[in-house]
Amino acid sequence: MARILNVNNLEKSYSSGSKQLKVLQDISFNVEERETFAIVGPSGSGKTTLLGLCAGLDRPDSGEISLCGTNINLLNEDQRAVLRNKKVGFVFQDFQLLQTLTALENVSVPLELQGEKHASVSARDLLEKVGLGDRLHHYPSQLSGGEQQRVAVARAFSNRPDILFADEPTGNLDAITGEKVEQLLFDLNKELGTTLVIVTHDIELAQKTQKILRLKGGKIVSKDISAS
Amino acid sequence: MSTGSSNSSVTWLFKMAWRDGKASSRKLALFMASIVLGIAAVVAIQSFGENLKDNIDLQSKSLMGADFIIDSDNPPNERVQQIIDSLGGADAREIRFSSMAAFLKDGATKLVQVRGIEGDFPFYGELETTPPSAATDFRTRDVALVDATVMAQLKVQPGDSIKIGAVKLPVGGALNSVPGSSSLFSSVAPPVIIPYKYIAESGLVQRGSRIDYEYYFVAEAGTSMEELEEKLEPVLDENDADLDTHTSTSERLGRRYENFAKFLNLVAFIALLLGCVGIASAIHIYIKGKLKAVALLKCLGATRKQTFLIYLIQIAGMGFLGGIIGTVTGLLLQGLFPMVLGDFLPFEVEITYSAQPVFLGILLGIFMSLLFALYPLMGTLYVSPLQTLRVQEKEVAQSRKSAILVSFGIFLFIFLFSYWLLGDLKYAAGFVTGILVTFSILAGIARVFMKLIRKYFPTSWGFASRQSLRNLFRPQNQTLTLVLAIGVGTFLISTLYFTKDLLLAQASIEGKADSPNMILLDVQTTQEEGVASTIRQQGFPLINSIPIVTMRVQNINGVPVNELRKDTTSGINQWVFNHEFRVTYRDSLISSETLKEGRWVSEAKGRKYIPISVSDGFAESAKVGVGDTLGFNIQGVVMSTVVQSVRTVDWARMQLNFSLVFPNGVLEDAPQFRVLTTKVPDDQASAGLQRELVRLFPNISIIDLRQVLTVIGDILDKISLLINFMAFFSIFTGIIVLLGAVRTSKYQRIRESVLLRTLGAKSKQILKIAALEYLYLGALGSLSGIFLSLISSQLLAWLLFDTRFFPSMVPFIIIFPAITLLVLAIGLGNSIGIIKSPPLEVLRKEAR
Repeated sequence: MARILNVNNLEKSYSSGSKQLKVLQDISFNVEERETFAIVGPSGSGKTTLLGLCAGLDRPDSGEISLCGTNINLLNEDQRAVLRNKKVGFVFQDFQLLQTLTALENVSVPLELQGEKHASVSARDLLEKVGLGDRLHHYPSQLSGGEQQRVAVARAFSNRPDILFADEPTGNLDAITGEKVEQLLFDLNKELGTTLVIVTHDIELAQKTQKILRLKGGKIVSKDISAS
Repeated sequence: MSTGSSNSSVTWLFKMAWRDGKASSRKLALFMASIVLGIAAVVAIQSFGENLKDNIDLQSKSLMGADFIIDSDNPPNERVQQIIDSLGGADAREIRFSSMAAFLKDGATKLVQVRGIEGDFPFYGELETTPPSAATDFRTRDVALVDATVMAQLKVQPGDSIKIGAVKLPVGGALNSVPGSSSLFSSVAPPVIIPYKYIAESGLVQRGSRIDYEYYFVAEAGTSMEELEEKLEPVLDENDADLDTHTSTSERLGRRYENFAKFLNLVAFIALLLGCVGIASAIHIYIKGKLKAVALLKCLGATRKQTFLIYLIQIAGMGFLGGIIGTVTGLLLQGLFPMVLGDFLPFEVEITYSAQPVFLGILLGIFMSLLFALYPLMGTLYVSPLQTLRVQEKEVAQSRKSAILVSFGIFLFIFLFSYWLLGDLKYAAGFVTGILVTFSILAGIARVFMKLIRKYFPTSWGFASRQSLRNLFRPQNQTLTLVLAIGVGTFLISTLYFTKDLLLAQASIEGKADSPNMILLDVQTTQEEGVASTIRQQGFPLINSIPIVTMRVQNINGVPVNELRKDTTSGINQWVFNHEFRVTYRDSLISSETLKEGRWVSEAKGRKYIPISVSDGFAESAKVGVGDTLGFNIQGVVMSTVVQSVRTVDWARMQLNFSLVFPNGVLEDAPQFRVLTTKVPDDQASAGLQRELVRLFPNISIIDLRQVLTVIGDILDKISLLINFMAFFSIFTGIIVLLGAVRTSKYQRIRESVLLRTLGAKSKQILKIAALEYLYLGALGSLSGIFLSLISSQLLAWLLFDTRFFPSMVPFIIIFPAITLLVLAIGLGNSIGIIKSPPLEVLRKEAR
């Protein structure tokens, strides 16, 4: 398997008042294609910051990130946006749906950004796949939390991404709904061959992935191969 | 997206703008409404202005009743007569002058404009009379046509007799309209038309009387008015006559109304700017609410440009729609203008619709929306996609450079648009400065108010009172927007009110015993004693007896007027050469005059150059100063004078003022007439004295200043009605901006009220918080507006009217509470909606 994500000596700090707060230090790891990968750690360990950097949502202070064969440090904001649109999918803890768009429209957006003419047909298929075929024209405010996250999952897979980043995907859901969403993520990963990178503090969820990266205080504590 | 799919990219941008806009339609509708009224006002004025111009052009001949007129205030001399003859003789002629008319049924008298007409005037348009037949047969039936209003006022019926000078005629009918004159401006001396042959018989055409001789012509087909003017104007000018063609008259009339339209356009433009303040503020909050969606779109792969364009397209679409709705409203509203303006217009205005105002309205809608939304919209460029993962602590930092550029763009546009409206750089700069100062002061007041509340926060007050005060300076507060919207609207209305007061105060007669309120004109020297004793016999004082000598300028510094006329570089105003000056002589200055330059000479005898005093206006027009010489022609005798002093004259005072004043000892033996003034206590005494004077001295004209004041009051009332009509656009726009601002903050309020309710607040408490907040805002905004209008009115009084300003209490007693209550009502209306609906349901609805 080829490497889809390669992180080398990553450092990131934020300024807090007059102090510099080191959030990530000396982070290096790889993720292979089609792999499922979890980043775990307690609150404040730098999980979400690492996810943001890997997906090109933020810039590191130092170190290199190669995503889908491209050194994203060398790309400008718009080039990174295009890369994300073609190769990356996202699922967020708080769903992050566009409130003014219906479920179908939300799922169509990544495809439409690619200039796909039949975006709504693909989006409809995906929504049916996640069990929301009867909720196509509902606005996010008219959907339950679980339904919203399923729309978000459908959207994340709509552009057939090479890699999908999920930030606490079940964090805002009850156990049963959360499990359904997890299952959905892994099913789609298998079916479409998408690499899955999940940030979570849910050890049970992490153990369902092939590799686990443990963070504490902005440093890697361990890189495990999961039992799964 | 690749460049190859740029078409689909553009389509997607429009699709996204539409989807998002559709779901936010309620929020966007109010943004749009902010500019609708402003656009409507501008389009209505523009379109009506176009219609006026077209109507004036179309009706130019019927505005004059002929193709061209030769007129003079002297009987035509030989040269003028030759010109008239060379044109084939006049097709109609008229002698026109002001005189007293007596209605014999009950002895009522009235100053009228007597018009003796011979021939078939008007050749275009028509005399409108009741009965209609009177318009044509008054010449053959030897009757007079009397102004319809006068007939109604004095209860004159057809068949009653009217006496003008020595002529007595039956009234043949009521005169409703005469081509070329508006009812409002003929209120002081309404027209009475009589057959021409009775003019001489009236005995009123005497030396010293101000008489106009008019010769009406119908031109042969194909005659060029411009060529005619070019050929005849200089010769006629030299011979104290004038040529008016239907084209030049319509141009002059067009310019007069154009100036008025320019003023109204500015008032409309202010309404539009106010709407734009609403747009800027509402878009600011709207975009702030969209920043998370922008971050998400960026996360999903949309570029900075794409996310920016989605909202730009949305705003442009809103501006386009607002432009269309505003334009249609404006086009419909212009139908009201003829009703409001009717009395000012000497013709019927036929409303037609042209393309220019439509384009203007739509373009303004799009452009103003984009321009004022640009700065908040730029916020989308600086949003990081990281915001999807965590809320960034610091506000999105926008480039200072872009803020300066956008502000510069806004002021440049306002300046260029004002310049386009006014056609004068200086005025446009003044207008922009005025706008800037007004808006800055209001914004300053709002900011200082917020700072003061924060600094001296009344911690001991009850919860509701404290919470309402906190709302004024919390994040995303509406204090600045609302104070601006309310303040500008109140400022406009109050300023209009105060200015009207100033104008009326200017025209009012001081109540002092020596202030005359009746002026008797055209009193011959031989009649002076008789008139004076008649006044005294009735128990009234003779206040002034002012001698008047008529003369024309013969030369300036030795250069004859005929030569100066040809000298285009002299800069001397043409009226100086053509005007017949009414000059007086006396030994001292009067109360309306102050010496500006030189030395006042009270008496002069036997000098080669008579030392005279000229008004500063005359000095400016004739380009003369102290030491310059002027030659005057007094009934054929040339008198040499030297300018010894220049006076500043307050022409607005209701008293007889003069451009030229001679010293005593020079003109006493010149042919002259007198103006006598007196003071009568009431209408009845005035009517009695007028009746007696007209009976004994039919040639004299009497002006009752109280009647003139009533007429001026009427004119001002009508003008202020029109201005108020326009100002209300600003007020309504202000209300919509207000509604928009309140609506924009509704979601925030709903969340607060839900939270407050959860914590145990009663509906009454929540309502009290809202009521107090809007009460503060309404009071602050309207008081600031009135305060600003006091300053501007004081400046107007000081700089323009040169008078003292005593503010009326009306803005404080009526405008202030009315606007404050309106703001309160709008705010409460919004809050009642929140309380009535189940909070969670509303929250879900508002989340979109």
